Amino acid sequence: MQYLLMIYQNEADYAKIEKEAEGKMLAEYQTFTQSIIASGNFKGGDRLQPTTTSTTVRVRDGKILTTDGPFAETREQLGGYYMIEAQNIDEAIGIAARIPGARFGSIEVRPVWQYNH
Amino acid sequence: MTPDAIEQVFRDESGRALATLIRLVGDFDLAEDALQDAFAAALLAWRGSEIPANPRAWLVNVARNKAIDRIRRRRNFRDKEAEIVHAIERDAASDDAEPLAALDDDMLRLMFTCCHPAFAPEVQVALTLRTVCGLTTAEVARAFLISEDAMAQRLVRAKQKIRLAGIPYEVPGRDALDERLRDVLTVIYLVFTEGYLATSGAELIRHDLACEAIRLGRLLLDLMPEARDIKGLLALMLLHDARRAGRTDAAGDIVLLEEQDRSTWNRAQIAEGLALVEQALSVKGRPQPHTVQAAIAALHAQAPSYEHTDWRQIVGLYEVLLRIAPSPVIELNHAAAVSMVDGPARALALVDSLVARGGLKQYDLLPAVRADLLRRLDRRNEARAAYREASDATQLVPLKRLYARRLGELDAPS
Repeated sequence: MQYLLMIYQNEADYAKIEKEAEGKMLAEYQTFTQSIIASGNFKGGDRLQPTTTSTTVRVRDGKILTTDGPFAETREQLGGYYMIEAQNIDEAIGIAARIPGARFGSIEVRPVWQYNH
Repeated sequence: MTPDAIEQVFRDESGRALATLIRLVGDFDLAEDALQDAFAAALLAWRGSEIPANPRAWLVNVARNKAIDRIRRRRNFRDKEAEIVHAIERDAASDDAEPLAALDDDMLRLMFTCCHPAFAPEVQVALTLRTVCGLTTAEVARAFLISEDAMAQRLVRAKQKIRLAGIPYEVPGRDALDERLRDVLTVIYLVFTEGYLATSGAELIRHDLACEAIRLGRLLLDLMPEARDIKGLLALMLLHDARRAGRTDAAGDIVLLEEQDRSTWNRAQIAEGLALVEQALSVKGRPQPHTVQAAIAALHAQAPSYEHTDWRQIVGLYEVLLRIAPSPVIELNHAAAVSMVDGPARALALVDSLVARGGLKQYDLLPAVRADLLRRLDRRNEARAAYREASDATQLVPLKRLYARRLGELDAPS
């Protein structure tokens, strides 16, 4: 099964942590990513720019409406994601728990919709 | 067989039959529907004749065929479903001589799946009651005091999640077993506590839920006799439940431990509980919280009277609990026990420090414990205020009546 692991964390707090760790976080993420590539679980993944760069788009009555910022203001923001292949939710939870961001923020594990045939 | 006797067989066998069917057909809903079909068939086939030698095997076999029928009847019967039917039929041919141990594993699979940490605790409890215990959706809804529709909706979503999120139908591996077993024990204890001290409603004890929890505990111990912790929990439930007859009077009013008629306690159940506590305590390593709580319950169960209870040892056991599983509720119970050794003033200081730290804001028994200590210290005005607060905090009618009685006693000239 495929799962999307969404990494949520407070952007401001994480920026601070990252600065203090001086590159250690990046190295941790690289090690983790390498490990799930090696195990065959990795399908994709990216880090996202902060929500200050985001734009929200809606189409109403055929008109494109854009707003500056994320869809909803929340305490934790989506900061990145991994797409993985796992045997079941237990394996997916195990992998999610190893994402470095799990120690500061939270990882939402969502199964990918499967179309039959 | 009478319909009643057949109902009883369904009740006893439904959990295990369902557990095996889910493995065979690979789908919760299909297994449940097929088992219902099999029950209907059994009502016709068994009435007025002898019950089959192995009713569970009969039910599983019939239900398996009903499941195949159901798949075939689906309008869009496609290749994939033909494959499923083929797989079910192939399994049927090969597993007639299935060892009993494999069927026991099915029941464990079902319990571990229902108590999977991907579910919220109330969903774990509802799924367990519905599938493992075989309660109807209406009965489970009653346990949660929500409408049958809302409960049906909750169960449908949970079963969907099993399928869509890939919650595996298996007993966890060795590395995760201890933690996952704790989740199962927590669910059993939640079922028990809701049955032992209902959180709301007119009845203080919902006996059926407490009995289900004990049945689950026995079942789990039977399936995993080597696992730690189960004995302690089962002992705890047996010892608490043994006092059931003494906990309410004929009018349904609560009778406090100090006023209970100890001759009403179930001695056979106490003996069983005591033997289990001993076995649980003899296991090497750090004692488990349920075991320590059971040891406390054992001291109460053995005491000839409230005054002649080994309060000193009970205080000591609560101190062990505060080390291994600290919580505001344990602190409160510890304070209540301290009041019997060092007096109510010392206990009140402990309770007030707990209040000052902001613990237990939501716990409705906190003002009740304070009220009792203030009453014993003869600080009547404060006691009155605390009893009123306690009464406002609970939704349980028998508790409200108890506090009203205490208020009446405080107002009476002494």
